[in-house]
Amino acid sequence: MRLVVVGNGMAGSRLVSEMRARDPHMKITVFGAESCRPYNRVLLSNVLAGSSRPEQVRLVDSSWYDAHDVEAVFGSTVTRIDRETGHAVTDDGRREPYDVLVLATGSDAIVPPIPGVERAIPFRTLADCERIMAAAGHARRAVVVGGGLLGIEAARGLAGRGLPVTLLHLAGHLMERQLDVEAGEVLGETLAGLGVEIRTGVSAEAVREDGVRLAGGELVAADLVVLACGVRPVTGPAAEAGLRVRRGVVVDDELRTDDPSIFAIGECAEHDGTVYGLVAPAWEQAAVAADVIAGGKARYRGSRLVTRLKARSVELAAMGETQLGEEHAEVVRFSHRARGTYRKLVIRDGRLVGAILLGESDVVGTLTQLFDRGGPLPGDRAGLLFPGAAARPVADNPTLMPDAAKVCQCNNVTKGEIRACWEAGARDVAGVAAATRATTGCGTCRDAVEGIVGWLCEQEGVSV
Amino acid sequence: MPGSDMTRTHCPYCALQCGMEIRPETGGGLAITPRTDIPANASGALCQKGWTAGELLTNGERLTAPLLYGEPVEWETALDYVASRLSAIRAEHGPDAVAVFGGGGLTNEKAYSLGKFARVALGTSQIDYNGRFCMSSAAAASNRAFGMDRGMPFPITDLAEADVVLLAGVNVAETMPPFLRHLSGPRLIVIDPRRTRTAKEAWLHLQPTPGTDLALALGMLHLVIADDLVDETYVAARTAGYEEVRTSLAGWWPERVERITGVPVHQMRQAVRALAATGNAYVLTGRGAEQHAKGTDTVSAFINLALALGLPGRHGSGYGCVTGQGNGQGGREHGQKADQLPGYRRIDDPAAREHVAAVWGVRPEDLPGPGRSAYELLDALGTTDGPRALLLFGSNPVISAPAAEHVAERIGALDLLVACDVVMSETAVLADVVFPVTQWAEESGTMTNLEGRVLLRRRAVDPPAGVRSDLDVIAGLAARLGHRFDDEPAAVFDELRRASAGGLADYSGITYERIAGESGVFWPCPSAGHPGTPRPFLDSFATPDGRARFVPVQHRPPAEETDEDYPVYLSTGRVLAQYQSGAQTRRIAPLVQAAPEPFAELHPDLAEQLGIAPGDVVRVSSRRGETKAVARISEDIRSDTVFMPFHWEGANRLTNPALDLVSRMPEFKVCAVRVERDS
Repeated sequence: MRLVVVGNGMAGSRLVSEMRARDPHMKITVFGAESCRPYNRVLLSNVLAGSSRPEQVRLVDSSWYDAHDVEAVFGSTVTRIDRETGHAVTDDGRREPYDVLVLATGSDAIVPPIPGVERAIPFRTLADCERIMAAAGHARRAVVVGGGLLGIEAARGLAGRGLPVTLLHLAGHLMERQLDVEAGEVLGETLAGLGVEIRTGVSAEAVREDGVRLAGGELVAADLVVLACGVRPVTGPAAEAGLRVRRGVVVDDELRTDDPSIFAIGECAEHDGTVYGLVAPAWEQAAVAADVIAGGKARYRGSRLVTRLKARSVELAAMGETQLGEEHAEVVRFSHRARGTYRKLVIRDGRLVGAILLGESDVVGTLTQLFDRGGPLPGDRAGLLFPGAAARPVADNPTLMPDAAKVCQCNNVTKGEIRACWEAGARDVAGVAAATRATTGCGTCRDAVEGIVGWLCEQEGVSV
Repeated sequence: MPGSDMTRTHCPYCALQCGMEIRPETGGGLAITPRTDIPANASGALCQKGWTAGELLTNGERLTAPLLYGEPVEWETALDYVASRLSAIRAEHGPDAVAVFGGGGLTNEKAYSLGKFARVALGTSQIDYNGRFCMSSAAAASNRAFGMDRGMPFPITDLAEADVVLLAGVNVAETMPPFLRHLSGPRLIVIDPRRTRTAKEAWLHLQPTPGTDLALALGMLHLVIADDLVDETYVAARTAGYEEVRTSLAGWWPERVERITGVPVHQMRQAVRALAATGNAYVLTGRGAEQHAKGTDTVSAFINLALALGLPGRHGSGYGCVTGQGNGQGGREHGQKADQLPGYRRIDDPAAREHVAAVWGVRPEDLPGPGRSAYELLDALGTTDGPRALLLFGSNPVISAPAAEHVAERIGALDLLVACDVVMSETAVLADVVFPVTQWAEESGTMTNLEGRVLLRRRAVDPPAGVRSDLDVIAGLAARLGHRFDDEPAAVFDELRRASAGGLADYSGITYERIAGESGVFWPCPSAGHPGTPRPFLDSFATPDGRARFVPVQHRPPAEETDEDYPVYLSTGRVLAQYQSGAQTRRIAPLVQAAPEPFAELHPDLAEQLGIAPGDVVRVSSRRGETKAVARISEDIRSDTVFMPFHWEGANRLTNPALDLVSRMPEFKVCAVRVERDS
């Protein structure tokens, strides 16, 4: 069987490795429009922030393709699919025959049609990232257009490089698709504290030499303008080939398009009315598609969405239906804006269907897993946000400890036994240890035994 | 001052091998006191198991006569019977129809003799041991990274000088309490799905979902790289393979790992910052990280982390495996493992075969090749192609093997089961022939502890009448099969020294006298004048080019995930007052009082959901079996996980025998179960 993969980004490269792991012999050819090896797009904001070097985000070693007998064609765009003859046709005229074709063409950055927009740099690819970094080197002020996840990460990254940054956002609060109003505001306050000026409810009308002009005429000064205005699935070749396309290329639970020999995965695919813009669903889809192509019975049933902001000193996780109100769901909320903390749980039928966690929190992992698994929640909702808060404090004070309390775990010695030993004449830790073997194991109970002996001496007025 | 009737020896239990002095007391008992010349417990420490070890000798349940189908018989009768049955089974079905199963508690002399007995007297390839269930994953990972597996390649006392120690799936507070004294100085980072007693001593506790330690290690290494904490100079000078590992980590960014493990990103970052910021740090792994169907890769991931931080092979830093069983280290070096010959040689290495065959006086081509691993061996018993007879030494697989009911069934299908034991263990009960053997203080022999320090256990008391050593059983059977084997420990050790000479675990320069005089000797010790090797990797690793290997590994889910039918993870482990399958400790009154019964530890949220109150009897079931236990409710465990100790019959009926591809370690530490209140 001959497999052609169109697109060598996060979805396409994942599919290739999943496929090769399942079938060591299938002929695999992968075309990538970018001229470099696949990289982890999720980590681009680290590159922009300067915490990772570009070579640290590569997903595949250069020797991998030869070692695994995969032909990878870089810098070559598949522009046409000839379904009649079963060929993928590239912009440089290559016709590659396929038995199965997988579309993993991803998305393009949306560039708003405003005057001067060519002066701005979209933030989408590694090459974009390198252009922005080069420009940031001699820029004095930056503007980022778009207050979604990527725009915020870009703004934070540039501010971290010491550049004054203004973030322009059309909606009334940041990340309005993932966050409620208050969370968006708290996030804005946190970012402001890190040197990012936030302007919400504003519309960029033109990009000029000296900055961005807003609707109403105000000029926000900048000599570097970065665009993070969202993405649009790349569906051109699919549509042209007559495949069913809505917002993305429509696929079924096998990730198959309406042509059974063509699959689509990742950001170019639309499953059950949803086009996913995150990597986790793309990788889940790659695994399912590889399994189906290999003859397996895997099915894709949609993904639960967890958005995790990657920006230094800003901890944010948002998942599921975060905006449901009290009339539709049980909502548990804790807000402490002075500390940049906002936590919200959205619960329906006793299960976690959405959450926002802003500010550092030890419960983020647990809550993400509860959301992912859809398991029943405990009755104590507050305990979900503040685990252990309701637990009874353990009495390690010798006066409060019951006689049955085990003091030395290693030798199974209770407070009562230590008391009995004291009453029989042992007046110090050495005496207690000799009689009961308390403290002779791991040694961590020594302080507790000392405390009990001291307290007994004090109680009984014995001088030590 | 110790009197003339005092014997210096070591504890019968775990791999710490605490030094102890034993003195007979008037009235028949034994007085036990800690030795101060053995670094493991030089501070005078012992745990309750050690203090009460004397009761092993007097507990009244000792076997004192061989049993032939339950009837006491003379030794010669039993030996004759077994030898003739073995010969008949071999004659009819070939040499591989007889299998041998050993244990990590056997002395080096016994482990060596057993391996030789299998290969030479029985001619079978079918020998393995319960150490496969112990540290085999760490051993495999150490071998591929360092070219050598010496559990901790540094003295235990080095740990106290460290700034930070990372314990991955290590719970020494419960398993070897005096170990914790060596960790009272450093900051501890503990990775464990439970807030164990060790985790309670930690500066930072990371509490991952069972079966996700590998993802966690990858996420931590990703952060080390992303945050520029790699020791580039060390990596360039002392390692190979870094580039490929770096690329393999691009897919394991911390936010993804957080979702898989449940460990918050900021905690991962805190851990790697602490590890990287200090001069001296150690990474130690234990069964929690290792007993998985991906245990070898998990350990490799932790070793990669240690290598990136520049720890192994530096005085004051390093990676080590905290071996569990008394002679877990020595037991894996001298040939009772399916793929090994003495001196930690590989049985498929022609040079190794030639050397060992010469010592044994046989032709290299007469030595069998590698046999089945422990679980595969047990799983094959009584099947068409599998062994029809099994000789069991120092092991109780009906309790300690995964899918224990299935294992008992396989054992039941044998034509002949022969067990050597001290007491009537759950497996000995099933045996056709039981040989009553000496234990610990009744015999001498060497043990190699978790540091790779070879120690001498000396006979302190006379064994009960009617009891003989495992070495006697081996020699007695060998003689009847036409081979002369030594039964004196010192003579066997001298032969072991010759057989190990030139191997990785070279004991040739070690003698009983040196061990006694030097508080133990670290292997390799290739000559009489050689001081032993406390820290083998300071100058170079045991690889052909002397560099440690980074090994790229990827996380994958546990072999069995939770689902609607089995919605809770089960993790198994230990309690302080019991040891392994409990054959010894469940017969000692103070230990039974401290840990009387199997229990299931549940988080209050899970208990609430299942309607379970503390003290309720719960039924825990998996696809492989079910068992009952008493519920303990504790905030110390994750709410998606139930914990059960495996010292009693039951827990291992549930566990999953999915095996690691490299080490053949079963997945003891995670499987899917259902928990219900027993009505």
